[in-house]
Amino acid sequence: MGESAVLIDFGDEISTKINERVVALDQALASQPPLGMVETVPAYVSLMILFDPLVTAGDRVAAHALALLEGATIETRRPREHIVPVRYNAACGPDLEAVAKATGLTEDEVVTQHLAGEYRVFMYGFAPGYAYLGGVPPALHLPRKPRAERGHPAGSVIIAGAQCLITTLPMPTGWWVIGHTDAVILDPARPQPFLFDPGDVIRFQRIEGQ
Amino acid sequence: MTARIVFEAAGPLTTVQDRGRTGVMRFGVPHSGPVDRLAFAAAMALTGTPDGWAFELSHGGCLIACHEGEIGFALCGGGFLADVDGDEARPCRQDTLRPGQRLRIRAGSGNWTYLAFAGEHAASRWLGSRATHASSGLGGGAVTSGTAFDFAAPRPLAPRTFAPPPSADPSHRLAVVLGPQDRHFPAEAIACLAEAPFTASARFDRMGRVLDGALLKPSSIAMPSEPALRGCLQADGDGRLTVLLADHQTTSGYPKIATLIGADVDRLAQQPAGQSVRFDVIGTDQALRRARAAAAANTAWLRELTQPGQLDERLWSSNLVDGVIDANHGGDPS
Repeated sequence: MGESAVLIDFGDEISTKINERVVALDQALASQPPLGMVETVPAYVSLMILFDPLVTAGDRVAAHALALLEGATIETRRPREHIVPVRYNAACGPDLEAVAKATGLTEDEVVTQHLAGEYRVFMYGFAPGYAYLGGVPPALHLPRKPRAERGHPAGSVIIAGAQCLITTLPMPTGWWVIGHTDAVILDPARPQPFLFDPGDVIRFQRIEGQ
Repeated sequence: MTARIVFEAAGPLTTVQDRGRTGVMRFGVPHSGPVDRLAFAAAMALTGTPDGWAFELSHGGCLIACHEGEIGFALCGGGFLADVDGDEARPCRQDTLRPGQRLRIRAGSGNWTYLAFAGEHAASRWLGSRATHASSGLGGGAVTSGTAFDFAAPRPLAPRTFAPPPSADPSHRLAVVLGPQDRHFPAEAIACLAEAPFTASARFDRMGRVLDGALLKPSSIAMPSEPALRGCLQADGDGRLTVLLADHQTTSGYPKIATLIGADVDRLAQQPAGQSVRFDVIGTDQALRRARAAAAANTAWLRELTQPGQLDERLWSSNLVDGVIDANHGGDPS
């Protein structure tokens, strides 16, 4: 990509298996970075490696990454598990009713379905701290709304298709807002400002309250 | 001793920017920092604050009043003009602002300019940097009318103007490397990228700039979101290109047909609206050579900027040396 990054692609289909390889290479690069590496950006099926073009070149960086991939001993960190408490009600999840209507479920069944999912952090994107969580049960798969809407606070739990996300900013969204969490995904004051790493596993837990 | 300046008027898109933040793009946070990196570096070099920050301004310009203390300022980028109390407005200018004086910045032919002050101010940091991520407002922050800034240890700067940075050269040919998702485009679209003229549109912000002209329609836009980089030429479903700038989204589900080399991203961001541009498709080796040559030229230009006159002296002394050698050769009996 230009003179300062390479993109390593692992396939075209979103799957846990492919994303596991992305995360494994990302971790291998973190422990054995090539000369001149600036940072890496893991995504669903690909990994971008940024480097300083005054120090190294794309073919060298790519060769280093491919050698790590071919090496038999890519050790992967065990994914961390996070329990995220969510309030599901009309005030915290203004789209619960609409999701229930669209899926033919009751609101409680929508919540039960959402709680049943085991979610994987596939990547971050869109905005600071927006982690894409795959694993929404098929019964809740809905296309996004025709138009993005404003006015949803940070901490909104939103879904579209197989994806779920916890917002960190009051940005407009066309996804369905089904709940709210006090879990802070992005806190610049923490030593590790971002709560999740790609590859982590998330479970939601229902709590009461407004 | 402090100096206080107050924005009596600030145009939209006025933000605090430092060099930007790296290392957190994996969490959805782009580098941010100045859209025109060389013009910003010049403002930093002239005010003697290489790790500092500047105000980034766009077409709205600004009007600043000095309420207290004398403080030097430097303006560079986009041909924007600075006048103090209505004196002759000049681009690429450094000078000193005194209490009661007003500094007016007006738009030039480009889109972005950098105004730095020779003093210390602890603008707020976010994730280690003062660079403002415009869509969230996090970082040093957006600047609005009425905002005051107090600078500690202000220093005056001698009145001076200087040549615009090499990034302001009028070349309208910009270098791109194909990819990373050129495979999602038919051969005609790839050919068109190199052959058709495009127009830098008036639709831009810190995230990106839309290009008018040929539509390079992807064969499919069904792709998983992939990481994006500043300089990527991204096509929407209709094939309209947008070049990604400093505050770009870190991943995107739209295919990127090509990526501009770093120096040319900033040049494209500064082109006036309506300017026709063309893309030269080059290989990665050539892109690397150009990047290194541009970095060397920029470093030399910045050094020259902070040590004015030295280039003339060097030329003069090398002429003298050449002369001496010639004389010696001429007089050598062998």
